[in-house]
Amino acid sequence: MNNLREVLQHGRLVVVCGSGGVGKTTMSASLGAFAAHAYQRRVLVLTVDPARRLADALGLESFGNAVVEVDQRLLMHNDMVPAGSMYAAMIDTKASWDELITRCAPNAEVCEKVLTNKLYKNLTERFVNSHDYIAMERLYEAQQSSKYDLVIVDTPPSRNALDVLDAPKRMKEFFASRLLRLLTSQAQSRLFSLAAKPFFIVADRILGARFLSDITEFFTLFRTMEEGFVARANEVEAVLKHQDTSFIVVTTLEPAPLRESDFLIDELRNRSFHLGSVIANRVTPAGLLRDVEDSLGSLQQAIQDPLFVQAVVGATESLEPSAEQVARVVNAVAQGSELAVKQGKVDLDRLHRLGQHCNEAGAQLYVCAVAETELKSASDLVAIGDSVEPA
Amino acid sequence: MLFVTGKGGVGKTTFASALAQLSAASGKRTLVVEMDDKGALAHALHTEGVQFAEREIAPNLFAMAMNTEDSLREYIRLFVKNPLVSTFGPLAKILDFVANAAPGVKEILAVGKLCWEVRERNYDIVIVDAEATGHIVAQVDAPAILSNLVQVGVIRDQTRWMQDILHDQSATGVVVVTTPEEIPVLETIQLLDTLQSKTKVSVSAVVANRVHPDVVAGGDLAVFAGLVSSVESGMMASEPASVLRGPLRLLSIATQRRKREVGLLEQLATNAKQRGVLFMSILEIDEQEAGITSVMSSVLKDELS
Repeated sequence: MNNLREVLQHGRLVVVCGSGGVGKTTMSASLGAFAAHAYQRRVLVLTVDPARRLADALGLESFGNAVVEVDQRLLMHNDMVPAGSMYAAMIDTKASWDELITRCAPNAEVCEKVLTNKLYKNLTERFVNSHDYIAMERLYEAQQSSKYDLVIVDTPPSRNALDVLDAPKRMKEFFASRLLRLLTSQAQSRLFSLAAKPFFIVADRILGARFLSDITEFFTLFRTMEEGFVARANEVEAVLKHQDTSFIVVTTLEPAPLRESDFLIDELRNRSFHLGSVIANRVTPAGLLRDVEDSLGSLQQAIQDPLFVQAVVGATESLEPSAEQVARVVNAVAQGSELAVKQGKVDLDRLHRLGQHCNEAGAQLYVCAVAETELKSASDLVAIGDSVEPA
Repeated sequence: MLFVTGKGGVGKTTFASALAQLSAASGKRTLVVEMDDKGALAHALHTEGVQFAEREIAPNLFAMAMNTEDSLREYIRLFVKNPLVSTFGPLAKILDFVANAAPGVKEILAVGKLCWEVRERNYDIVIVDAEATGHIVAQVDAPAILSNLVQVGVIRDQTRWMQDILHDQSATGVVVVTTPEEIPVLETIQLLDTLQSKTKVSVSAVVANRVHPDVVAGGDLAVFAGLVSSVESGMMASEPASVLRGPLRLLSIATQRRKREVGLLEQLATNAKQRGVLFMSILEIDEQEAGITSVMSSVLKDELS
């Protein structure tokens, strides 16, 4: 499925990647709102850091770890409420970890011990890319639920955006590692294990024996949950590679996000994930740029003509601007347009290059025009989703 | 010592490099450190091969890239003084442990190296291209966090002098770089809150990067809006309207974005002012332009003088 609409209509899972600041979260929500409208789907949008504006538009007090349904009336588009429905949730790492531990712990005692362990909070925040792991975990859980037909997840802002996809594998490796075996082997036998000796000499020396035993206790508890974690990691990996899962890369036409998306396109392909579409976001409409380019010459000439300025002054008489003021504004408009047209040509070039890269990677390039008005309500999201079109 | 942080993609490496260039050019012996070994610092400074061992890449300007394994090696040599060190074999295995299991140890090795350079007065200033907003607290506060977790041991003892340096307002500060967009600005304000309420590390400056210039400013904005509405409502005669329609529509987009920006910048400035933190904004510099770092450096010089 390389066609974006087909994915939104029939897909089960969409993973949205891209560098920070390109409008990934808004795009995820827009595609979700559109799918609920156009294809009667029950869509869950999972996000990491939603903007206040987006939460407001969705009528949500705030995004939380729990899933909430977006009010149907807010999703009105062309005077119709969606036949499907839209849900949203934010991934809160700490809360999700607590839930995961509660579910995987073999008994209440272990669960309580882990949750109250002094190191637990620190460790879940840091080890084996725990944010990434938890995002994958939430995604899997949602995808398995019969409450939703389609899950759209916008990936966390990793240093490397694809770390998130490696997280299940890392978790498996962690459980299989020598490190964990060393840590959880009996304190007694440690002393006699020649292989482990240098390791513990350094660790004891640097960290202090007490700290080491705190860590050991935690991992001994953690290890009792191995089975649950490893099984889940395998399932998550399978879901990510499934044919009903499609990846979308979102970018703007600025140099840094473009470099990032070129990298993502290649990497997704190398790892045999299914890259369906690439969306160039906040693109100035080509038609508008052509219009501006066409009128630019006449505008620059007209500015010199006092009669033109007079006519413009006349049209804004309620403000009673001076001719001088109007001339200044019109001048600024002409200059700004000239710059924008120049930039538009650069962007067109970049879009073309991105299109070629998509072709090579077997993906389809789409564009989403820059917003001309502020995002106010969820129905704007439907319109944005609807406006995404092939480049 | 200055820790330059910010949400990913706001230009913090470029800013840290520009600041380092400016500082070196003003005669200060300057060390600039990349914390995440991505090579972005070398790119920004137009040099190659920035490694753990610092190298003078321009007069007075030294650059290094943090590497936990090298840092651990140096740490053991300096502090553990264990004659067995040479028999430890590959440190990588121990590093695995350090990086994955022991909270804060990786951070403290990195921050410890920085503090060491400050303590030994090897440089006049150390500029750190630090972790992004989400991880900076764990980085600058690593010694405090660790000393709470660990009761005894060499590391615990080491955290004291590090904290003395990090908590001294005249020695250490954080510079938060942001762009005038909603999420980076919110993250910046949250970070200022967290640093102030949870740590003893002070913030030196908030920098808004990639600020767009006004298309039209002040009282002219009302005239601009008047033009837009008179074209749209058909009040303007067709001759001026036909040449103005497209350009006005196009520039409305930029004007609206600018209006949003101004609101966010005001919010930031107020927030910084309340906390007594320096606030400055840097106009957008064309990324394609050769030597963006030097351009930013000269902008900074003007701004700071």
